[in-house]
Amino acid sequence: MSRLLIIAFEGAEAAQLAGFAKALGIPFDVLSLSGKVDLDLGAAKVFTSDLNELPLADAVSGSLSNFIQQNGPYTHIAGPSSMRGKDLLARLAGTLDAGMVTDVIAIESPTLFHRPMVAGSIIATVEVLSTPVVLTVRPAGFPAPARSGNSESGILSLSTMPKSQRVSVSARGGARPDLTQAKIIVTGGRPLKDAETFERILGGLADTLGGAVGATRAAVDSGIAPNELQVGQTGKIVAPDLYIAAGVSGSTQHMAGIKDSKIIVAINKDPDAPIFESADYGLVADLYDALPELQSKAKA
Amino acid sequence: MKILVPVKRVVDPYAKVRPLADGSGIDTTGVKFEINPFDEIAVEEAVRLREKDPSIEITVVSIGKGECEEQLRKALAMGADKAVLIETDAEYDSLAIAKELATLVRELEPDVVLMGKQATDDDCNQAGQMLAAKLDWPQATFASKVDLTGRGLRVTRETDSGDETVELDFPCLVTTDLRLNEPRYIALPGIIKARSKPLEKRAPSEAPTVKTRTTKYSSPPARAAGRKLSSVDELVAVLKERGAL
Repeated sequence: MSRLLIIAFEGAEAAQLAGFAKALGIPFDVLSLSGKVDLDLGAAKVFTSDLNELPLADAVSGSLSNFIQQNGPYTHIAGPSSMRGKDLLARLAGTLDAGMVTDVIAIESPTLFHRPMVAGSIIATVEVLSTPVVLTVRPAGFPAPARSGNSESGILSLSTMPKSQRVSVSARGGARPDLTQAKIIVTGGRPLKDAETFERILGGLADTLGGAVGATRAAVDSGIAPNELQVGQTGKIVAPDLYIAAGVSGSTQHMAGIKDSKIIVAINKDPDAPIFESADYGLVADLYDALPELQSKAKA
Repeated sequence: MKILVPVKRVVDPYAKVRPLADGSGIDTTGVKFEINPFDEIAVEEAVRLREKDPSIEITVVSIGKGECEEQLRKALAMGADKAVLIETDAEYDSLAIAKELATLVRELEPDVVLMGKQATDDDCNQAGQMLAAKLDWPQATFASKVDLTGRGLRVTRETDSGDETVELDFPCLVTTDLRLNEPRYIALPGIIKARSKPLEKRAPSEAPTVKTRTTKYSSPPARAAGRKLSSVDELVAVLKERGAL
């Protein structure tokens, strides 16, 4: 019998991944490594860990593997397609000697999944030949299901076996929403010149709209924006309701990271920029004029 | 001290590739092949570590067809000392690659395995973590800075919200991210010298058992081009009309 275990790093992530579980159409349990998980996601059982902080992947994959063997059998083990998701789930797949499909965007059957490759230029159909299989999932393709039911819940005592030491953590971000959760994203490219201009022009508009700020790889590589703001196949994959790209040419790898956005707006002074070919609304304009104007008129 | 760097031959990451008409593969007609850019960063980092500790010996390894020799020669030209080509026509998934590499690691006993976080062809981001699991080694993925500590490595790794620094004792595995370094330009003397460096060809230790297989390659659905607008006023109006503002 098929059964899925969702591994989330925090409770809110479990809710996002419940859409994938519903689409897969098999009974599922949820294990969250931190925070509380809602009990109306449709899961049979919900486990939350008693860890004080999120563990390093190499310290926890052994005990997760033990949990899976004791509480299983599971045919599918799925987590988020974030950096921490890939770090941990691929380690776990190695420990379990399981095959793995990264970045699942669609389900054909419980053994056939779609995923992007070559920076999003190709969609691969991947067949799973043995169980269990480990998956990382991009939630944008799987809408959250209606809430119902009441899962059995428990606290899971997860032991960690440290193999390496975390000596410092530097988290940036501040008050703006997380890129992968934001309803509105304002992204800028290299034409933003420097970090101060980037923050003033893009950050100002984002704050007015209550959105997040993103950056192209070119902007990150030239030091205009910090790397965790990078949007695209090699950065964050996003799916906001509104994506405003200013001074962004629209490379394949960037577009691969934003294509699930509901509305894409491109503002670029180059009328031949490739991004106009896939934007819902294009405005040929200098971003230094258009963004401040948009900021003042959006409030009105 | 020994560093092992696995490198993968991939289609030119800057080429626009399409699926074959029958969906059986990727059309590589006229497309060049390169070292996976993340693996190239790993080779570069190994060479930079050796500049700090000249006792370091760097071996590069590739699993695949005979043509992979081209990428191994490039890694040798960048400064690696020797190369191993595990020559095979068989299909591998990341887990099968990790197992073959684990066998080689047990034989060569490197202190560090440095490799790309993912290959730019399959974009899997699996093999490094799977190899670390098979060896039961500490791992640091998405590295943006690597320093020798004497008994191991101090690695700054990129995270979803910023970065963190971890310390790992030897032996350990590190996967590289974009911002770790910019690989050097290879001058002609390096290319000539690389021709005489040792490159050992051998057969895989076992036939791979794959647990996943790509059965079809297709083009992503295109997003249709939308409307060109003439002013910010018009943009504000359509966005308000659609409830996006």
